[in-house]
Amino acid sequence: MRPERDPSLSSWYVDETYYGTLVKDFSDFSNWQRDELAVADPALRDRCRALLEREARLLDQGQLDEWLALYAPECLYWVPGTPGGGDPRREVAIVFDDRRQLESRIFRLRTGYAWSQVPQSRTVHVVSNVEVFRTAEASVWMIRSTFLVSEFRAQQSRILSGWCAHRVSEHAGGWEIRVKQVNLIDFDQSLRNLSILL
Amino acid sequence: MSKLEQPAAPPGTLDEAAPRRNLDVLVQEDRVHRLIYTDPGIFAEEMTKVFGGIWVYLAHESQIPRNDDFVTTRLGLRPIIVVRDSAGGIRALYNRCTHRGTTLCRHERGSAKAFQCPYHGWTYLNSGKLSGVPWPDGYACDFKDAQFNLAQVPRVESYRGFIFGTLNADAPSLAEHLGPVTQPIDEWLDRHPGGRVVFAGANRLKYQGNWKLAYDNSCDGYHVVFSHRSLLEMENRLADESKKGMSFYRSKPDDAPMYCRYFGNGHHFKDKRPNVEQRPGALWEIEGAHPGMEYFENEIRQRLGDKANRALDLAASEPVNINVFPNLLILGNHVQVIEPIAVNETNLVWHGTAVIDEAGELEGAVDAVNALRMRTMESFPNFGEVDDAANFEEIQRGLAAIEDEWVYMHRGMDIPGRIKVDENGVITAPATDEVFMREYIKEWRRIMQSRPALRVRREP
Repeated sequence: MRPERDPSLSSWYVDETYYGTLVKDFSDFSNWQRDELAVADPALRDRCRALLEREARLLDQGQLDEWLALYAPECLYWVPGTPGGGDPRREVAIVFDDRRQLESRIFRLRTGYAWSQVPQSRTVHVVSNVEVFRTAEASVWMIRSTFLVSEFRAQQSRILSGWCAHRVSEHAGGWEIRVKQVNLIDFDQSLRNLSILL
Repeated sequence: MSKLEQPAAPPGTLDEAAPRRNLDVLVQEDRVHRLIYTDPGIFAEEMTKVFGGIWVYLAHESQIPRNDDFVTTRLGLRPIIVVRDSAGGIRALYNRCTHRGTTLCRHERGSAKAFQCPYHGWTYLNSGKLSGVPWPDGYACDFKDAQFNLAQVPRVESYRGFIFGTLNADAPSLAEHLGPVTQPIDEWLDRHPGGRVVFAGANRLKYQGNWKLAYDNSCDGYHVVFSHRSLLEMENRLADESKKGMSFYRSKPDDAPMYCRYFGNGHHFKDKRPNVEQRPGALWEIEGAHPGMEYFENEIRQRLGDKANRALDLAASEPVNINVFPNLLILGNHVQVIEPIAVNETNLVWHGTAVIDEAGELEGAVDAVNALRMRTMESFPNFGEVDDAANFEEIQRGLAAIEDEWVYMHRGMDIPGRIKVDENGVITAPATDEVFMREYIKEWRRIMQSRPALRVRREP
């Protein structure tokens, strides 16, 4: 990779084609959440489940470098403000972080001056209902899961919930996450202090 | 005296139990009392006198582009349907069935020629006129009587796409109410092709604090380097020289060329444009890093050549805060709306805006500009406003301390030569001064001490 294309330093990969593919792959979940595409192999499903459980643990333990290492260099963490995500070229999302911005997000949380996370939230990510779907690419899968995030901060507890779409690919004998789309059930409502990673 | 009766407070004291609040005591030249942020009685009065007695922003015309389109919103705590009716007129209908008070419409937006109450089936045209009642022969009354038509906000007017309403027949015209704040609004709109924008999604935030904490903050240039320190550090973590984003607030912002201005009627303005070089592309150059930045900037430069800088500046955050009392804040490329929910709960809706280019001024680059602009707009709600909102909540917690009564807003006060007043009464001061707070809160007090006659209208 040419250094000027390092996705930690630049964002060439979030281009017209990238957006087009994202909209095609995500905006209508009925395209990929289809029974005939569901993976029956318990071993594969278990590997996917293990990936999501590991992600949840790393987030709950605040191991954000290790968490980000689960992601492909050219990755996306996306919390849409419209069902399915709409077209992010024409509407703002709740969160739309590429690799560089995820690194910025983590950097900010670690400055000690991100008052929305001083003190830090304590969280428990509960992941369930894991289903795995084949895609047109042999080594790429889509995972649908549901989540509850129990968050305690500033003397109050709350629950955030919804479902996730992970686009994952085989990489060096393991997995890497290319896209994580987080669909909050209350995506279109006013949300209080959404400063944790979901 | 029964337990429910409150004893009258001795003169000059600020008894928490005092049933009547003397706003001449609670609002002073240099400070305000904590009760204006914490007292449920004052909040209830605000929801009529401020949110109802003066012009209040309701919605944007781009949310209801076609006849029969509607959005649901609130005027204070009143549920409202803002609709472009079947004849093309914009109305603000009470979202409340005249029969039993049920809300008629539970959707946030949509298109409808009529609204049928889910409870007993009374049906209203989107003009507000009652069009049908099930089994009317069970009633002796005449349903043509206007009293059965929906209540609606009697005065609804737009200014360049921004729809406002008031219940006060004696209020001045919208143009008069806005006054000179229309100048920065015009400048903000006129930087776009065709002089307009359309809404494009929203970042919706909420905090557990009084709504005025957000309005106090909207022109505050003093908090930036402290409340937003993490954002400033983040924006500059990759910069060769530290000058991205709001870096111009660093060192001593009192002496910077930016300024804050009070226009009257509660409206104020923080103009940071003088801190940015006045040439095309200068605004884009101080943008921090955003997704897709390198690719789309390159696309725009390839396509537009020498004209690219103007297009890129449209994707950059416009350095202004235009604050229209009580609830409309135009800042960067956002239209932020303050929605009071309770004395200690407020929604902040940051509507994104997109560029439209019907005349082709951007020579086909408008989609690329918007793809960049959506990403630049997500930055502040994610990395800036969350910290302000956390601080607003901590103010509300701090104000629970009953005996420590006062909140100060006296920055810049009594310093000779610091504050300028022009012949029209427009006040200009350094961007870090709190003169805008002192002035708007006096207007708030004036409104709260008034006795506006609020009325709804019904179709005849």
